[in-house]
Amino acid sequence: MKTIRNFFSELSHYPSAFAGLVMIIILFVFSIYTIFALPYDQAISLWRGDENVWYNTPKNAQPTWMNWFLKDDLPETFSFNSANGEGTKTEEFSNDTNKIFISFPFEYNSKDFPQEVSIFFTSKFEQKEPFVSVKVITPDGREIKVGSFTVGKTHSYRFSQDQKLQRRLQGNSPEQGIFMDLTSETEQLTALPGKYEVQIEAVGFEEGSTVDAELIVYGKVYGWAGTDHRRRDIGIALMWGAPIALTFGLLTALGTTITTMIIAAFGTWYGGWIDEVIQRITEINLVLPFLSILIMIGTFYSKSLWVMLVCVIALSIFGGAIKGFRAVFMQIKEAPYVEAARAYGASNMRIIMQYLVPRIVPLLIPQLVILIPSNVFLEASLTLVGLGDPILPTWGKLIYDGVRNGALVQGQYYWVLEPAFILLITGLSFAMVGFSMDRIFNPRLRGV
Amino acid sequence: MAESTLQSPVPVAAKKKASDSAILRVTKYMAVRLLTMAFTVVVGLYLTILIANMGGYVDEIRRGQIREDIQQGVMNDQALRNLTGDQKVKLIEERVANEEERLGLNRPFAIRSVAFLKDAITLNLGFAEFMNADNGSRSVRVIVLERLPSTLVLFGTTNILLFFVTLFWALSLSRHYGSWLDRFIVATSPMSAAPGWFYGIFLIVFFAAYLKVLPFGGMVDVPPPDNKIEYALSLMKHMILPTLAITLNQLTFAIYNNRTFFLIYSSEDYVEMAKAKGLTARDVERKYILRPTLPTNITNFAFLLIGVWGGAPIFEGVFNWPGLGRTTLIAAGLFDTPVIVGTTVIFAYLLAMTVFLLDFVYALVDPRVKIGNESSS
Repeated sequence: MKTIRNFFSELSHYPSAFAGLVMIIILFVFSIYTIFALPYDQAISLWRGDENVWYNTPKNAQPTWMNWFLKDDLPETFSFNSANGEGTKTEEFSNDTNKIFISFPFEYNSKDFPQEVSIFFTSKFEQKEPFVSVKVITPDGREIKVGSFTVGKTHSYRFSQDQKLQRRLQGNSPEQGIFMDLTSETEQLTALPGKYEVQIEAVGFEEGSTVDAELIVYGKVYGWAGTDHRRRDIGIALMWGAPIALTFGLLTALGTTITTMIIAAFGTWYGGWIDEVIQRITEINLVLPFLSILIMIGTFYSKSLWVMLVCVIALSIFGGAIKGFRAVFMQIKEAPYVEAARAYGASNMRIIMQYLVPRIVPLLIPQLVILIPSNVFLEASLTLVGLGDPILPTWGKLIYDGVRNGALVQGQYYWVLEPAFILLITGLSFAMVGFSMDRIFNPRLRGV
Repeated sequence: MAESTLQSPVPVAAKKKASDSAILRVTKYMAVRLLTMAFTVVVGLYLTILIANMGGYVDEIRRGQIREDIQQGVMNDQALRNLTGDQKVKLIEERVANEEERLGLNRPFAIRSVAFLKDAITLNLGFAEFMNADNGSRSVRVIVLERLPSTLVLFGTTNILLFFVTLFWALSLSRHYGSWLDRFIVATSPMSAAPGWFYGIFLIVFFAAYLKVLPFGGMVDVPPPDNKIEYALSLMKHMILPTLAITLNQLTFAIYNNRTFFLIYSSEDYVEMAKAKGLTARDVERKYILRPTLPTNITNFAFLLIGVWGGAPIFEGVFNWPGLGRTTLIAAGLFDTPVIVGTTVIFAYLLAMTVFLLDFVYALVDPRVKIGNESSS
């Protein structure tokens, strides 16, 4: 207890370590929150979901907080669904036809155009599909006929994919043609803010035949993290990246350091050929190209993160750290209390586990903490090489997707920079704590 | 860092004239090292083959190579020109079966693996399935060796530069212990936690995408300039960002590490003694601090370099650098087994050579080798 208290009082002399510790605690709380707020199965099914899951989010949208830095706010996404009682819906049945009128009035208050406008219809009918016509009334009083068509049980109508509409709007893309400010003098086209109304008139040809519509005006910002090329919320991967990265980092660091330490202890204690063999293995391990072998394993056998974890540990056990531990064990081995233990007849096992190993713990802990960030980054590296776990949403996956889909060239920096920033914070906080611990625990570094 | 600070080289400041016996000792030491290194490489390559062949992949490479050779032979044989297509196919099948039996592909793996090992050692790496060398060759050896210079240029220059910069910067810092620059280096040393490619992404975003002053990646402009001077300038322009990325990753940590060593050693008694004798600060630094710590510095540098080699595939991938690492990546993407195994073998060789070269430098600077301390390893 006393040493722990001493450690914390020493740690307070290192402001960077303190900051790092706070960040690590925040990361752990965030991970635990993620696991409960967005359970694993749900996160995976969302992350692997296609356009049916993510139909109501914009593509490649910036995070909402980008608006804080922009002079003119980017539009946000909003939607109305008549099935949920949004907008107004009236029905009138006469002469075997059911006339349905749906109106969605909305206030549009951005000078930028929406990314896309779509209407998703659902209808009920026995035999004959209902007929629908859509028009938009703009704040400056224009009435734009959008289109008329029959709708099946479900029908998605995307304004941008309607060639006829585009021709009617003098070749402007529908979003621009409808939302354009005609009085604007500037070179750049701007959207006209104000009160718009989308009117849908539908005719059902049977009794009880009805139509519901969901209007989605896709903006250019979404959520706290933005979306990717598949309309997925990047926030999911940012959140789940934390527990995955921490688990991977902690497990590999623990697995490697502890095994290495025990092997080094055995080698030094028994000496002779055992020590020799261990040293030779260390040299061979030095010659094995780490990443190339992982690439080989990933390509030939399995890309699962857990397989990679085991391989990473296996390849790191005989790493450079073993020499460091060996040097220290060599000194401890000669200590009088070890000789005393030998004199009272302690078994080899007992000496190693009770006398050698505990002495090295102060050196082991900083080593372990410093290893965590490099393994967290290793996970990202593996993903970037194309060996990412095919299922898990991780930070590395975001960077990989972003770089792959031209986020850097097209200016979607948030896509790559958000995960990169979180990675950096994670890496730095562990490293800062680890480096300070090293200076506290390692007597040779005291005061240097 | 802990690992390196744990090592405690015996500070031997004794000066001894280089004599014939010293040269002999260094040669003997190097010969022993060369032998152990050769043994190490052979075992390392054998392990690589074992890993690669767990799914029978090396067998496939060999079978593909045999088929390719025999097909070429049959197609180009004037005497067989009059055979019909079916007859040729039958002939090829027969010869392939014979050849496979001759080479013992139906023998147990334990025996065959020795043959594979011989192929790997002699860089007889077979033919690529999808990839080509620039001259159109499909030989893995050509593909791999063609990419080697690009990798060496980038990592070689950067690391040698870094080694000397960090060494002398650290030496000057240890003299100004506690200055703001010193504290800055200590505070920023955890930056080494993030790998080079990671800083690369930030640098690309800033300098290439945002400021548009430096290229996104690649090694020279497209098309490559004919003029040698222009070529060199273009190469240098493309090397700025990768070098900067490696520097951001390593510089402060390496300086911090070296400086810490210098500080520890500058409080040794023999240094105090030298100071008391009235030697100049320069002499004290060079002969009493730098000299005994040099072996440790070189060992640290070796580990650093090995780490950098290990990360080459991803680093070259991010910067689109046409080196060995990117070849590994492309091969992995195309599932080109022979090339993946081939690049792994070459990387193993590179690592071994790095270790050996540094061992050589080590032998030159470590007095224990020259004087012949029995306990040295």
